[in-house]
Amino acid sequence: MDRVPILKIGDVLLVSIQVDLQDQSVLALQEDLAERITTTGVHGVVIDISGVEIVDSFIGRMFATIASMSRLFDADTVVVGMRPAVAITLVELGLTLGRVRTALDLEKGLAILRRSAAERLVSDGLDESGELDEAVRTDL
Amino acid sequence: MTIEAGSAGDLAELLRSSADGLIGRWVELTSAPLRGRLSDAELTRESRDLFQALLIGVESGSRDIQAPAFAEARSLLDELSRSRARLGFTPSETAISVFALKQAMFELADQVGDATGLGEIISFSLLLDSLGLWTFECYSRAREQVINEQSEQLLELTTPVVRLWEGVLAVPLVGTLDSERTQVVMEKLLEALVATGAEQAIVDITGVLAVDTQVAQHLLKTVMAARLMGAECTISGIRPQIAQTIVQLGIDFGDITTKATLADALLYAMRRSGVDVVRKRTPRVD
Repeated sequence: MDRVPILKIGDVLLVSIQVDLQDQSVLALQEDLAERITTTGVHGVVIDISGVEIVDSFIGRMFATIASMSRLFDADTVVVGMRPAVAITLVELGLTLGRVRTALDLEKGLAILRRSAAERLVSDGLDESGELDEAVRTDL
Repeated sequence: MTIEAGSAGDLAELLRSSADGLIGRWVELTSAPLRGRLSDAELTRESRDLFQALLIGVESGSRDIQAPAFAEARSLLDELSRSRARLGFTPSETAISVFALKQAMFELADQVGDATGLGEIISFSLLLDSLGLWTFECYSRAREQVINEQSEQLLELTTPVVRLWEGVLAVPLVGTLDSERTQVVMEKLLEALVATGAEQAIVDITGVLAVDTQVAQHLLKTVMAARLMGAECTISGIRPQIAQTIVQLGIDFGDITTKATLADALLYAMRRSGVDVVRKRTPRVD
């Protein structure tokens, strides 16, 4: 069974799925990811599925599962690079990704995470010092 | 020349011995209704090829055009009807290529006299009838193919994906929407989103005359699929009648953004992607 690699870039974990997934590797990925989020303490997860051509309902549910799981660790999840055929399949299957955010490509996905990290700073009440305010503003 | 009645070899023999005369008369009869749209040289070449192929079949003794001996004749006729169909000839003008040979054959039999077996002539005539029907079949098949190709092209032509602004794509739909067309729109739009990296899409249905539940379902699916891919999709230009139909049918657009006009949708899409439009301030002249 192939394990999907999980890479850490700054404050973000990048999961790049390049092969068509088996149910076993999906389960393994969920475990590995939970493990990595707790050990690294990141606040964002990007799942790149631009290499995935075939999905079924099990894999469709995986995104929602991972997202709710990472929310427990206070991390945002963005699914990026979904192919048109995959999107059509998921819609035909009647699956919605719940509150998972999506982006067209990795770059846009990272931008979303940056924005939500900035919002997090604001909502955490850290925007009183002018310096941070500036940083937040440029990020936004 | 004496011809014994009733054997396959004799008909073949007769055909071969008077080939040139037959082909000449055949071409003459064929070219008359075509009114010079095909040159005689071309017709002669066609007829000669067909005659040779036919001779092979006749020599085999079989009178069934589905027999392997007639394979070449069939494929030649197939090609002939196909090209005639594409050039815009009528079915009769196409089938005359086969039936003219029958007349030529009767004329020949008349000249040769009673020596030719009546049975042979009839069976040959029946053979030509079925070959004529075969051309009809090929002709209509070719026509259907042309129609299919055209409707496919029409489908492609009538669903352009246009770029309205950086990161804003639009699909202006005009005419009648059926499930097949909405499917094409959906696929083309999603592919364009990937290709251009646009995050905003607008489906404009100003030119659409009627929407049924199935079409509405497809539109909703398009929006959902675009959302799954990380883009936002707005529907604009819903006409009053269509709005009424949608409400009466009880279709729920949920949290999908709809705008009255394409202009509104564009402004909304631009604002969503961080661009605002302001009127240029002109200095007031007092």
